Amino acid sequence: MAQLAAVVGVGQTKYKTKRKDVSIAGMVREAAVNALEDAGLTWNDIDAVIIGKAPDMFEGVIMPELYLTDALGCNGKPMLRVHTAGSVGGSTAIVAATYVQSGVFKRILTVSFEKQSESNAMWALSNPQPFSPHLNAGAGGYFAPIIREYMRRSNAPYDAGIKVAVKDRLHGAKNPLAHLQLPEITMKEVEDSPMLWEPLRFLEACPSSDGACAMVIANEELAAKSPRKPAWIRGAAMRSEPTMYAGREQVNPRAGIDCAKDVYAQAGIHNPRKDLDCAEVYVPFSWYEPMWLENLGFADEGKGWELTMSGATSLTEGGDIPWNPSGGVLCSNPIGASGMIRFAEAAQQVRGEAGDHQVDGAKTALGHAYGGGAQFYSMWVVSSEKA
Amino acid sequence: MRDVAIVAFAQSNCQRDAGAQNEVELIMPVLTEVFKQTGIKSAQDVDFTCSGSCDYQQGAAFAFVAGVDALGAVPPIKESHVEMDAAWALYEAWLKIQMGSAESALLYGFGKSSPGELPIVLSQQLDPYYLAPLWVDTIAFAAMQARTMLDSGEITEADMAEVVARSRNNALKNPHAQLKGDQTVADLLKEATYVSPLRRHDCCPISDGACAMIICTIEKAEEWGKPYAIIKGIDHRIETHHIGSRDLSRSVSTEIAGKAAGVANGPVDVAELYAPFSHQEIILKKALGLGDDTVINPSGGVLAGNVMMASGLSRIGEVAMRIIRGEAKRGVAHATSGPCLQQNLITVLEAK
Repeated sequence: MAQLAAVVGVGQTKYKTKRKDVSIAGMVREAAVNALEDAGLTWNDIDAVIIGKAPDMFEGVIMPELYLTDALGCNGKPMLRVHTAGSVGGSTAIVAATYVQSGVFKRILTVSFEKQSESNAMWALSNPQPFSPHLNAGAGGYFAPIIREYMRRSNAPYDAGIKVAVKDRLHGAKNPLAHLQLPEITMKEVEDSPMLWEPLRFLEACPSSDGACAMVIANEELAAKSPRKPAWIRGAAMRSEPTMYAGREQVNPRAGIDCAKDVYAQAGIHNPRKDLDCAEVYVPFSWYEPMWLENLGFADEGKGWELTMSGATSLTEGGDIPWNPSGGVLCSNPIGASGMIRFAEAAQQVRGEAGDHQVDGAKTALGHAYGGGAQFYSMWVVSSEKA
Repeated sequence: MRDVAIVAFAQSNCQRDAGAQNEVELIMPVLTEVFKQTGIKSAQDVDFTCSGSCDYQQGAAFAFVAGVDALGAVPPIKESHVEMDAAWALYEAWLKIQMGSAESALLYGFGKSSPGELPIVLSQQLDPYYLAPLWVDTIAFAAMQARTMLDSGEITEADMAEVVARSRNNALKNPHAQLKGDQTVADLLKEATYVSPLRRHDCCPISDGACAMIICTIEKAEEWGKPYAIIKGIDHRIETHHIGSRDLSRSVSTEIAGKAAGVANGPVDVAELYAPFSHQEIILKKALGLGDDTVINPSGGVLAGNVMMASGLSRIGEVAMRIIRGEAKRGVAHATSGPCLQQNLITVLEAK
């Protein structure tokens, strides 16, 4: 019953610490205009706008979509705002796809953004909540103990995280939009960087970025008329579980496992390492690559780090399953947009539009995002083929 | 579009201050009630869950995350959240049912405005460069809107008081209402102005609370064997944020949404309009082309109790329950967001 839908346009801003040259509206519009140009369309061709971002406290603007209506050419049209914590960029893309897959709309624009320089995201993430113990630690402090537990269980070598930090920065050096440009980075440099949250060093953590990402999603008929290759949405799934409950598996959360199984079943993926050509996965801290390799079924439990260490996930080492060829979240992290960037970069790979970080001949790719206490997941599989 | 059934709806009482009750404690009672109405046990028994809330009300980033604790989401569920009134969560779920990826959905909205000063908090949803620094609050904006309508002669202060008198009177029959009474227009007009030309009673109260709803395909409703109301049309639209660019006496986005949802395709027995200020009910009635034969806000509307982020979904629930109880055959529900009715959602409901 669901209608076919495809990404026909992708637009991103350059990611950087502070976009002092643009307002929030200017930054969001920049990504949107880039997506429209990529799709060969104008504002009048868009039926609805679906917008996503992480907590409003990051910019101090409540429901900023109300104010962004004019900048996004949305007057008289439907606009919907999604917020599912760190997974929001991915969730927004999925909700946006639903507008088309339902058959209710023909072509929509979706945008995600964060202008983190407007505030301090680390503290906006850990402000005291009424009736709850105060965790004054930011995201790194929250995830570090979970990573230590992964290292204990898997007997992973201490430098698996360092390897990811280097690999993703070398990828990012091939992506002119990436925030961190560190083409000369070495294992030693990462190892010598200050320890922030044991075992995470400064260079094993994502930056704080300003930026926006946009996509145009169209139905089958309109996608066929698109000037560039469409990326067909072959599957999309979301899962949520509570932050805490008795017996919760936090290293390898069930919500991620279930979400991956769901999206693979829709897309006909039986062996993700073989059937996918690359993946853009939300890895804000280095160790989450081996952990998610296992959670997403690319490696057996306890063996994710072996894949990382072998170079299988590295584009520059010619690995068979490159993860985050764009440089990933470790290179650019405008939080509310980071999930959508994963989804959009997956689309760019299968469209053959990824430039210097293109994976040769990529046909099928995974986009992944997670959020909250690793409890909210959104994923999609896109392909150059309709079925 | 396929028909979608509303099979259950529950709302908490609108209370000025829910005290130490947290999100879960606000949400749990309404969830338990809709599960009971539907004859199911938990969110595990529906295909999709979606909620609406606003972090800034509670003053906490990720306020909605705590809401997940009310759902029993173990094993994990398919779930999403809009930083909007839960009426838009209903829209997202309605799309999922249209595309065939869900047969049933649980929706809920909650708001706890008591920890802050709501009008001032909402002033921070304005353009952050040109408007928010002025700290224009929601009441001041609404007052400007009422003033333009009074000055043009389109309405009188008595017209506004009539809306309030009828709301408060209707609320006498609504156990969830916060403000109720049988004042006359003359009584109300004797009161002093608050933010001129608005009197305090022209403004909705501030309330804490929650509401929940279950929707599904017609086939699923028949399988569950529960009575239901049918969503025949639903549409939402937004218009410019720049107040100076708008004719404030009209709601253009409501007009477009009303047409797209098919309001005029039949008689409207009952309408629940989300008008936080008395004069806005007059604007909305005009925008939707509703006549004097339509009963407007039989619940008392939001002038009798306004749980931000839940009130829009509650308007839809109020109309649905009236249809389910056989009190109406066809009705219209409206939800709004933003200053001076910037964004609006219209739902047309019918009896089976």
